[in-house]
Amino acid sequence: MSTNLSTLPTRPTTAVATPRFRALRMPRSPKVIAGSVILLFFAVLAVIGPIIAPFSPTHTDISWVHVIKPTTLFGSSQIVPESPSGAHWLGTTIYANDVLSQLLVSARATVLVGFLAGAAATVLSILVGVTAGYLGGAADDGLSLAANVFLAIPGLPLLIVLASYVPGADGSPVLIALIVAVTGWAFGARVLRAQTLSLRNREFVEAARVSGESTFRIIVFEVLPNLVPIAASSFLFTTLYAIGAYVSLAYLGLAGSDIWNWGLMLMQAQAQSAPASGWWWWWAPPGVCIALLGCGLALLNFGMDEFINPRLRDAGLSRKDARRAGLRRRPRLGFTPVMRRAEMPVPVMSTAVQLARESGTAGTRP
Amino acid sequence: MLVLVRRLGFYLLAAWVALTVNFFLPRLVPGNPVATAIGHLTFVNAQVVAAIKAQFGIGINESIWIQYVHYLGDLLHGNLGVSWGNSFEPVTNLLGAALPWTLGLLGVATVVSFLLGTLIGVALGWFRGSWLDWLLPGATFFQAIPYFFLGTVLLMLFATGLHWFPISQGYQTTGISSVEPGLNGAYILSLIDHGVLPASTIVLTSIAGWMMGMRNMMVITMDEDFVLVARAKGLSPGRVVWYAARNAVLPSVANFSLAISLVVAGQLLVEIVFSYPGIGYLLFHAVTNQDYPMVQGIFLVITLVVLAANFLADLVYVALDPRARQVA
Repeated sequence: MSTNLSTLPTRPTTAVATPRFRALRMPRSPKVIAGSVILLFFAVLAVIGPIIAPFSPTHTDISWVHVIKPTTLFGSSQIVPESPSGAHWLGTTIYANDVLSQLLVSARATVLVGFLAGAAATVLSILVGVTAGYLGGAADDGLSLAANVFLAIPGLPLLIVLASYVPGADGSPVLIALIVAVTGWAFGARVLRAQTLSLRNREFVEAARVSGESTFRIIVFEVLPNLVPIAASSFLFTTLYAIGAYVSLAYLGLAGSDIWNWGLMLMQAQAQSAPASGWWWWWAPPGVCIALLGCGLALLNFGMDEFINPRLRDAGLSRKDARRAGLRRRPRLGFTPVMRRAEMPVPVMSTAVQLARESGTAGTRP
Repeated sequence: MLVLVRRLGFYLLAAWVALTVNFFLPRLVPGNPVATAIGHLTFVNAQVVAAIKAQFGIGINESIWIQYVHYLGDLLHGNLGVSWGNSFEPVTNLLGAALPWTLGLLGVATVVSFLLGTLIGVALGWFRGSWLDWLLPGATFFQAIPYFFLGTVLLMLFATGLHWFPISQGYQTTGISSVEPGLNGAYILSLIDHGVLPASTIVLTSIAGWMMGMRNMMVITMDEDFVLVARAKGLSPGRVVWYAARNAVLPSVANFSLAISLVVAGQLLVEIVFSYPGIGYLLFHAVTNQDYPMVQGIFLVITLVVLAANFLADLVYVALDPRARQVA
């Protein structure tokens, strides 16, 4: 693509990042920016959440709930939590805890388990996928079969069986993260294997092999750097899965009650039928937090997919560029827009800029 | 045909792995949680305890391989032990009662989600760059919401809030409007009434995956030469879309296996929220009561259901794509 562009007179000659850092350059699409901002917010929350929480999540104060005295002689008194107020921004629970404090403290374990499991699963999938793809033969057959079997067996039920048997899983977020990673590595392994297969016969790998590089060195220095975008995408996907899995386990009561996380909050709220009682301030905030965090990961993942495959981007021309070029509507078909020069003197430049931008990001890929 | 035989062989292997995990896990984990759980059981006669101990290999002198053979034999006879949390009823009976509910809900929700998601995905790919693109972030948001949380929100809005739909159960069992199960209109209406909210929850959370996959494949397919030819020779846009979509849908069918296990996981949780009488609801009680035979039985049955669904998807794929038939 870049050879065609070099003939265009308007090709920008502005600074191109040094090759070393090009792999780290991210596309500047709104999806990526929104996703990054959300993730950054939750990362900060995970660090400072437990510090800025006004109370301990288990701190109880009987004055934080209303006790409704029984109206009849033999009736039992009813406890009702407080709705949000100045003292308790998100109200209180029926156990007389502060919801905001629980929410802030829970951020740490939820985010930690998600990212730890995502990282562990990605390492596992790189190990399996790259080994299988690069070595080929019997190793490939065996490892691919293992990955496919793990993909076919439903993850959550396996997770539940594992979590209910492994001793101490209900008290240790790290152990839970590892169990989640064991059930979540297969998808990434399959994608990475496919990409490695296509890389291993490229000329630069061939050249390294001919020049006598060791297999290990070729894998680490020639193949792996080209897998970074796909590994990152699979990391985001697995983290998304891991957060969902952790929260689900906690909701089922399999993640213990010592480590505060958003799933545990939802479980307690559900157990005291907070949704049916109209105590939205108790069950809605943790759910919204999980959804937002997942949304951030998914947005970043879409951005990453578009980075890997530039054809998936919204359109060739941005709305502003199209208007400046005097185009009424953007091309409907997926074809590269072909227009007569007389109609659009300006867009030649903006398309060229657009293309250069695309080829700039696409150029980081092999 | 050879392709299908090979796929069948693969699923049999996957099923064997699942049931082997099921056998070895309770025997190999340290601390023996099952023995501890048995200690907490009350009102049990000695015969039942002996059967449970035999099932989990506690205090048995047989070698583990003999136990394994016995275990496989029991499975072939449909003997999954007794459920501790349900007055020691055989697990197989309980699963048999719950399975139709789960399969029905899963089938309807998956088919609706797949068809609707694929159609929207075609539109998204075709009208790329229009206002339709705004559906994507919205769908992403729904996809990121945990199934049980969205279920709770829908329950709040449409059942407890607006009273449009019932709060729980699979059909009306109590009150004036209770219905008799059977082939009568009132029962079927009640089924639909109770199924709308759980099914919508599953559709809303799972549809984004089909939409995204189909949109991306549409975008890629529309760059293919055959679409250009179809367009150039003046076929109507509808026909061009049809040709492109037919080819773009293949990866969606091929990716079915990944999607279905996520959907099944979500459905188990949705059933808990709606107290739907399916396997997820059984699972919740089994987990709460540390009912190990039940948990294991559920794991096995769900795995078999998912593998069967995968095989069905393979059948469809082979029927759709002639290339899949030629692979030797």
